[in-house]
Amino acid sequence: MMDTTLEQAQQEIVDEFAMLGDWQDRYEQLIELGKELPLIAPEHKTDENLVRGCQSRVWLTAEPVSLLDCARSDTGSSGTTVIHFTADSDAMITKGLVALLVRVLNDRTPEEILGTPLTFIDRIGLREHLSPNRSNGVVAMLDQMKRYALVYSAKT
Amino acid sequence: MTNSTSAVKTVFDVEEIRAQFPILKVLVHGKPLVYLDNAATSQKPRRVIKAGSAYYATINANVHRGVHTLSTLATDAQEAARETVRGHINARHAHEVIFTSGTTASINLAASSLGQLLLKPGDEVLITGMEHHANIVPWQLACERYGATLKVIPITESGEWEISRSDDRMIRQFTEHTKVLAISHVSNTLGTINPIKELIAEAKKHGVITVVDGAQAIPHMHVDVQDLGCDLYAFSGHKMYAPTGIGVLYGREELLEQMPPWQGGGEMIDQVTFAKTTYAKLPFKFEAGTPHIAGIIGLGEAVRWLQDYDIDAMAAHEHTLLEHATKELRTVEGLRIIGTAKEKVGVISFVIEGVHHYDLGTLLDQQGIAVRTGHHCTQPLMERFGVSGTTRASFAPFNTIDEVDAMVAAAKKAVKMLR
Repeated sequence: MMDTTLEQAQQEIVDEFAMLGDWQDRYEQLIELGKELPLIAPEHKTDENLVRGCQSRVWLTAEPVSLLDCARSDTGSSGTTVIHFTADSDAMITKGLVALLVRVLNDRTPEEILGTPLTFIDRIGLREHLSPNRSNGVVAMLDQMKRYALVYSAKT
Repeated sequence: MTNSTSAVKTVFDVEEIRAQFPILKVLVHGKPLVYLDNAATSQKPRRVIKAGSAYYATINANVHRGVHTLSTLATDAQEAARETVRGHINARHAHEVIFTSGTTASINLAASSLGQLLLKPGDEVLITGMEHHANIVPWQLACERYGATLKVIPITESGEWEISRSDDRMIRQFTEHTKVLAISHVSNTLGTINPIKELIAEAKKHGVITVVDGAQAIPHMHVDVQDLGCDLYAFSGHKMYAPTGIGVLYGREELLEQMPPWQGGGEMIDQVTFAKTTYAKLPFKFEAGTPHIAGIIGLGEAVRWLQDYDIDAMAAHEHTLLEHATKELRTVEGLRIIGTAKEKVGVISFVIEGVHHYDLGTLLDQQGIAVRTGHHCTQPLMERFGVSGTTRASFAPFNTIDEVDAMVAAAKKAVKMLR
């Protein structure tokens, strides 16, 4: 379980981007985030993990992690499961967006992922990247992350 | 407003042309729009926009159906537009001009109807490696349905057909099984102007039916279907300054008479009984349902607008832009132009080492510059060149040298941000 809530994680990103000036600063930040994203393990960069996008490609993996394995005593004994995501893209800006989504949604419970509306992309002025016209794989990735959350919430 | 009966303007004045396109005053991300995506869709001159709205405001009615005045006026306007298009492509008869929703629908009509008419197991349909998906998939569907095979003329490194006029490879493309040749006049991705007249002549010698995808040619050059000698010629309105949702399939009368209808419905029939239906005469046999009347009228107006200009002067201007763009883009480190044919329209596709086209397109957009990125609906061609996509700038007569410079400067800025 993360120390911050999903909502707090979104707010952090909004605050970070609020300090940036024009479009160039925002995009440079996004590109930097893309460069920092831990790459998906090469063996996971498969067609199976490919999230379809027409303009750019996104790979996504999701692993359920049981917090009992992590010996966290404060979670009780009911076996809370969080989802660990890794992701990558062939385009830098897409990768930056992917990095932001992973940062917000990573290592959270399926319930939190499904129960918190994602507003930060809108609030940092990057909404256009979620337009169906973009076909960059980001919307498909977000859908896929939620689908994983649904699957793992049903299992726990 | 320009009078459509005025003499052709032989002196090319880019500012005079720009003034007719209201959209060029739009700001994108607070910056003046630099619209370099004309091969995807061209912008519309005020005259064309007005013609469409004038139809709805003054004569809107269904065509070929009513006895009332508005229906007559709408029908007259639609048929006048058909005559205008006929003249523009030099077809023999107005009824050889079939209105469709666009090039895609035109080719689907052609493939579906010709498939039924001609294709048998073992037959071949010949296309080229630079076709748009709209000139691949309809033929694949027809081939699947009738057991025919799709054969492909390969493309050279410069983006030209791998056959030349002087050798016999052009002849060897045709076998006794070849029934249809379907080729683009101009490549949407590469800009290559193909020597279609020679290949059509060769096809005719072999009794092969010829279908031309003219979507990217018609905005840039004189197209004379009789001179080309093709059987069918498809194009869209929206790439030639007309509204979206309207296109044309030109067909040689004798062939159209033989071809079965594609879609059934109203307006395409002569007599309907549950036992048998007889079809209307050309062109209505192929125009089931209420047509896009406003679009047809807009298309007629766009053709008249084009005819007010010397299209060769427009093409010469676009060529100047192409040459300037080619020279300036080559100063970007790691940039490779995809499509270096000798004969090109104002289309330039490129890739930059280490830069993804999505990133480049996004950062150009932030600077007010509209280009197309991706595979341009030509995935087999992308595979041929070993790229996943390109960035493409495509020019219209309203574009300027300054806009080309703005694009190159913006691209250099984007590359700096991305590397």
